[in-house]
Amino acid sequence: MTRPSVRESRDAASDVPRGERPRSLRRLAPPAMILAGALVIVGLSFLLPPFRNYQLATVGAYFCVTGGLTVLTGLNGQLSLGHGALMATGAYTFALAQNRWLSLPVSLVAAIVVTTVAGLVIGLAAARLRGPYLAGLTLAVAVVVPSVTSTFDEIFNSDQGLSVALDPPPGTIPVEQWQAWLCWAGALLSTSLLAVLVRGRFGRDLRAVRDDETAARLAGVDVARTQVAAFVVSAACAGLSGALFAVLAQSVSPGAFPLTLSLFLLMAIVIGGLGSLAGALGGAFLLVALPTLAQAVAEGTGSPRLEGNLALVIFGVVLVVVMLAAPGGLASIRFRRRRTS
Amino acid sequence: MRRTATAFLAAAVLLTAACDGDTGSSGAATPGVTGTEVVVGTHMPLTGPAAAGYSKIAPATKAYFDFVNAGGGIHGRKISYTVKDDGYNPANTQQVVRELVLQDKVFAILGGLGTPTHTGVLDFLKTNRVPDLFVASGSRSWNQPDKYPGTFGFNPDYTVEGKVLGTYVKENHAGKKVCFLGQDDDFGRDSLAGITKILGPVAAEESYVTSNPNVGPQMGALKAAGCEVVLLATVPGFTALAIGTAAKIAFKPQFVVSNVGADPTTVGKALGAAAPLLEGVVAANYLPLTTDEASPWIQLFKKVNTEYNGNAEFDNNIVYGMAVAYLFVQALQAAGQDLTRDGIVAAVQKNGFQGPGLVPLRFSATDHAGYGGTQLTRIEGGKAVFFGSAYQTDDGDAPVAPYQGQAVAPPSNGIPQA
Repeated sequence: MTRPSVRESRDAASDVPRGERPRSLRRLAPPAMILAGALVIVGLSFLLPPFRNYQLATVGAYFCVTGGLTVLTGLNGQLSLGHGALMATGAYTFALAQNRWLSLPVSLVAAIVVTTVAGLVIGLAAARLRGPYLAGLTLAVAVVVPSVTSTFDEIFNSDQGLSVALDPPPGTIPVEQWQAWLCWAGALLSTSLLAVLVRGRFGRDLRAVRDDETAARLAGVDVARTQVAAFVVSAACAGLSGALFAVLAQSVSPGAFPLTLSLFLLMAIVIGGLGSLAGALGGAFLLVALPTLAQAVAEGTGSPRLEGNLALVIFGVVLVVVMLAAPGGLASIRFRRRRTS
Repeated sequence: MRRTATAFLAAAVLLTAACDGDTGSSGAATPGVTGTEVVVGTHMPLTGPAAAGYSKIAPATKAYFDFVNAGGGIHGRKISYTVKDDGYNPANTQQVVRELVLQDKVFAILGGLGTPTHTGVLDFLKTNRVPDLFVASGSRSWNQPDKYPGTFGFNPDYTVEGKVLGTYVKENHAGKKVCFLGQDDDFGRDSLAGITKILGPVAAEESYVTSNPNVGPQMGALKAAGCEVVLLATVPGFTALAIGTAAKIAFKPQFVVSNVGADPTTVGKALGAAAPLLEGVVAANYLPLTTDEASPWIQLFKKVNTEYNGNAEFDNNIVYGMAVAYLFVQALQAAGQDLTRDGIVAAVQKNGFQGPGLVPLRFSATDHAGYGGTQLTRIEGGKAVFFGSAYQTDDGDAPVAPYQGQAVAPPSNGIPQA
C-alpha cells in the first residue's frame, strides 16, 4: 500500500506540510504573493545582466514544474519519474502550435491543455498502481520520449527537434528580460493557484490520501479521484513549464528532456523540502545554480570532459548532506530558525 | 509571508552575488574585441556520441591560434578561443552558446559543430548579431544569406558532396543496387538529396539517431534488400558501427562514405581489431590528406601540431581544425585594424581566400556555403589516398565538373597576410 521510496522523506517532512505549512500559506493571500514575487522579479530583471536574466527565467520555468511535482509527490505521495516527459509534451505542443499559428497565448494554452490530457491518461493508470510499480510506469513514460520523436520523425524531426517560431518581444524590451517576465508570470500564476488549491479541501484530501488511504476512504474522500486530480494538476504545471522552456531555447528536442531531467526534478524538490512550495522554489534555484557551479569547477580543473558528470555528483552530495542535516529539506531549515527566534 | 519573502530574498541575493563577475565589462563598441585581444567561442562535442574524432578539432584550432599569437597576433590582437562542450545535444548547445554570447561576450562563434546542434542557435545568433563563421557541418541551412546574414558554412554542403559521391557510383558501379544509410536529420536528408539528383531514387533507404547506438536492424534491412553499394551519411562512430555490423552479418557491399564520417584514423580506432574492414572504402575530402607528406600545408600543420598541440595524433580532424583557424585568421586580416562584426561579415563575403582547400570557397554576398566541391579518396593499406580529380558543383542543378585550379602553398612563416 505504501510507497517506500517516498516514505522516509515524507515522514521526515511530514511535520512541515501537515502542521505549520498550511497556516503560513493561509496568512499570505495569493494576490499578495503574486505582487511581492512580481516586484522582486521585475526589479531583478532590470538589475541583472542578460545571461543572469536568462538564468532567472530558467529558474522561473523550473519553478512551475517543481511546484506541481512537490504537490503530487510531497502532498499526495505519488512518486513521478516522468515529469520530464510531460514537459516534453508541453514543449512539443507549444512548438507545433507556435509554428502553425504564431500566437504565444494560444500556444501556451494548447501546451497546457494537451499536457493536462496526457496527465489525465497517465494519472488514471497511476491511480491503480502503488510504490515501485507507479515509479516504473512513470519511468517508462520518461524513457519513451526519444523513441517517439524518432518513430514519428515527420512530425517531431527526431533528435534534431523542432525550432520554435517566436515574435520578438514587444517594444524595445531585451529578449532575456522578456523571457524572465514571461517565465515568472507563468511560475507565479501557477504556484499561487497551487497554493490556493492545497490550502483548501483539495489539499486536505491530498494529505489524507497520502497518509492513510483507508482512513481517507472512511472519511469520505474519493481516493482514486484525488490521486488522478493531483496528477492532472501537476501535469498542467509541467506542460506550462515545458512550453516556457521551448520559449527559452527557441527550439525543442528530445535531448532537452532526458531521464536525468526527471530525476533532477525529483532531487530538487526533495532537497528543497517535499510538499513545500518555498522548497520547490529553492529546488528550482538549485537546478540552475548547481550545474553552473559544476561547470565553473570543471573549467577550473581544465578538464572539459568533467563538466557533463560533475553536476550529477554535486547534486548527489548536496542531497546526502541536506538529508543528513535537515531531513525536511532546505525549506525546513528556515522554518526552524524562525520558530526558535 | 515572511518565509516566502525570505525565499525570494535569498534567491535574489544569490543571483546578484553570482553575477559579480560580469560587472567589469568595458564600454567598447564591439563585444569581444579590445586593442590587444579578440575573443571567439565555439560549441563542440567533447563528450557524447559524436565526440570520437570531433573532440580533436577545437584543440587543433586553438593550437593554430597559439602559433599565430606567438608571432604577435593579428593587427596587434591575440586570438583567444573559448571552447564549450555541448555533448552533441541540441539542448546543451542552446545553453553554452548563450553563455558564450551573453556572459563571455565573444566577438563571434567560430566552427560550431553539428547539424542538429547548430540549427537550434541560428535564430539566437541572428538576434544578437553575432557573426557565425564556418559552421563545422555541411547542412545547407548555413547558406541562407537573406534569413541568417551572419552565418557561413565551411564544409562542402552535403548535397554537393552527395552529388560528387553519386557521380562516382554512377561512373564506377553502374547497374548495381545502390542503397543509403543516413542520420535522421538535415545531414542525412541533404546528402540523400544530392545522391538522388545524380542516381535517381535509391533501392533502399535507412536512418539512425545518435541516441540509439545500434544499427543492426538497418544493416539487416539493407542486406535483405540485396544492396551492392551502400552510401553512408554518418558521423565517425556510426560509420564504424555500420561497417562493423555489416561484417558481422556477412554483408559486404562497397561502402561510400561522407567526408565527415570517413576519417580512417577515427573510424579505424572505433573498429579496433576490425579496422582492416575499412580497406577499399570510398570517401571524399576537400582538404590535404594527413598522409601527404609532400604537401606544404601538411608540413605546416604538423609543425604547429608538434609545437602547440602536444603532438596529438595527426589525423584529418586536426587538419580540419587548423584549416578553419587559418581561414579565420585570413578573415581577420581582411577585416582590417578596425575590427567590427559587420566588418568581418563583409570581409568573408568578399572572399578571395586562398588556403589549403582543393577547390575554392563559394562565399559571396548571395552565397554563404563553404567549399564548392570535393575529391574522392579510397582507403588503401589503412591510409586514405586521393584518386581522380577534384569536382566542383552546387546544391542545385549545376553539373558535377572537374576542377583544374592550381593548389597554393602557405606563406613561409605560416601566417596569412592581409
